[in-house]
Amino acid sequence: MTAPALARALDLITRVRGVRGAMVVSRSDGLIVAEQLMEGIKGSAVAALASSLAGRLHRAMVSAGLGPSQFWHLQCDHGALLVVPAGSEAGLLLVAVTEADVNVGLVRLELLRAAETAP
Amino acid sequence: MSDDVKALSAQLASDPQSLVFLRLGELLRQKRQFDAATRVAQHGLERHPHLADAHDLLARIFADAHDYEHAFDEWDMTLRIAPQHTGALKGLAFLYFKIGDLAQAESHLQAAKDAAPDDPTIEQAFAVIRGEAGATLAPPSPAAAPEQPHVSERRSESVSALPDERIFAGLEGAQEGLLLLDAAGLVLGGALKTPEGKDVTDTVAAYLAGVSQESARAARLLDLGSWRGLSAEGQGGHVYLVQPTPESLLLLMRDRSLPLGRLGLLAQRAAQVARQWLERQR
Repeated sequence: MTAPALARALDLITRVRGVRGAMVVSRSDGLIVAEQLMEGIKGSAVAALASSLAGRLHRAMVSAGLGPSQFWHLQCDHGALLVVPAGSEAGLLLVAVTEADVNVGLVRLELLRAAETAP
Repeated sequence: MSDDVKALSAQLASDPQSLVFLRLGELLRQKRQFDAATRVAQHGLERHPHLADAHDLLARIFADAHDYEHAFDEWDMTLRIAPQHTGALKGLAFLYFKIGDLAQAESHLQAAKDAAPDDPTIEQAFAVIRGEAGATLAPPSPAAAPEQPHVSERRSESVSALPDERIFAGLEGAQEGLLLLDAAGLVLGGALKTPEGKDVTDTVAAYLAGVSQESARAARLLDLGSWRGLSAEGQGGHVYLVQPTPESLLLLMRDRSLPLGRLGLLAQRAAQVARQWLERQR
């Protein structure tokens, strides 16, 4: 995915009201590839944890015969973390950090749409 | 088709708005023709959506068909419409008894007794819950059909014989799509099977060890408070993870026909059952 394409993908996500930031994360090593995060969000640490969680969920779901995860949603008291695999062989993760009252369905759609643009 | 079913069917066909569907559905339930009984009850509910007896009928059909989750929903709906409906109170008592929640079972039976103090089946059900010898419990029958006793020999469930593996007894999919783990990923209850029927309980449990800690860390790093649930969509189904207690993790797995939102509700209900069970183990 080129830098402009990454920026466009993140734009799609962060323009939804209630989204505090979005990242493209390398699934294999948990490093940030691109980001648009609000001040104060610990992007690097969250990226690493998102990558690790994605790995666990992926293995669990494949083992359970459900196929790879296409979207996951960590619900918390004051917000959420939403993740969609993207890129060739799902080597990337699109990650959105949101406030509690966000329209999760809309963010999910934007994440999936952004993932489609990834090569 | 028996004559009585034919007669009631004809009566219903001639007057689709009538309440004869209640008698027809009940008759089919007693004949254990659950699919036909369900159709009759559901068609009746389409015309009479706020009729408590219709929801109660559907709940009894589900309960007889061992679909306890839907039975719970229907009895719950019955009580929303008619809070003192004794059939629904006894039905919920039966379901709580099945999952080993004796306090809730007794509470619902007491409410049923308050509403219908002369109903002898309630005392019999109390005897079962208190573990009195020889007593057994079955799904409730309607008040209009006393020949089908509430306490019967049809289903035998001794209170003292609730083994640990039955934590989720009464919850739909308890032996194929529900899993309770401890913090180390060891299985406490439930089981998981692939759509092909292969048991993958231990494999999935091993992969999920550590999910709670990582979810909690991610939430903390993002100042999002505590995590309440983790849902994931797969090509062949959904999973939902919750923490019944800080030291345990519960996974609910279903195919894609069940929307994620509903899966979350089911997971919360299962977590409540698991929490109560875990508390009793201490």
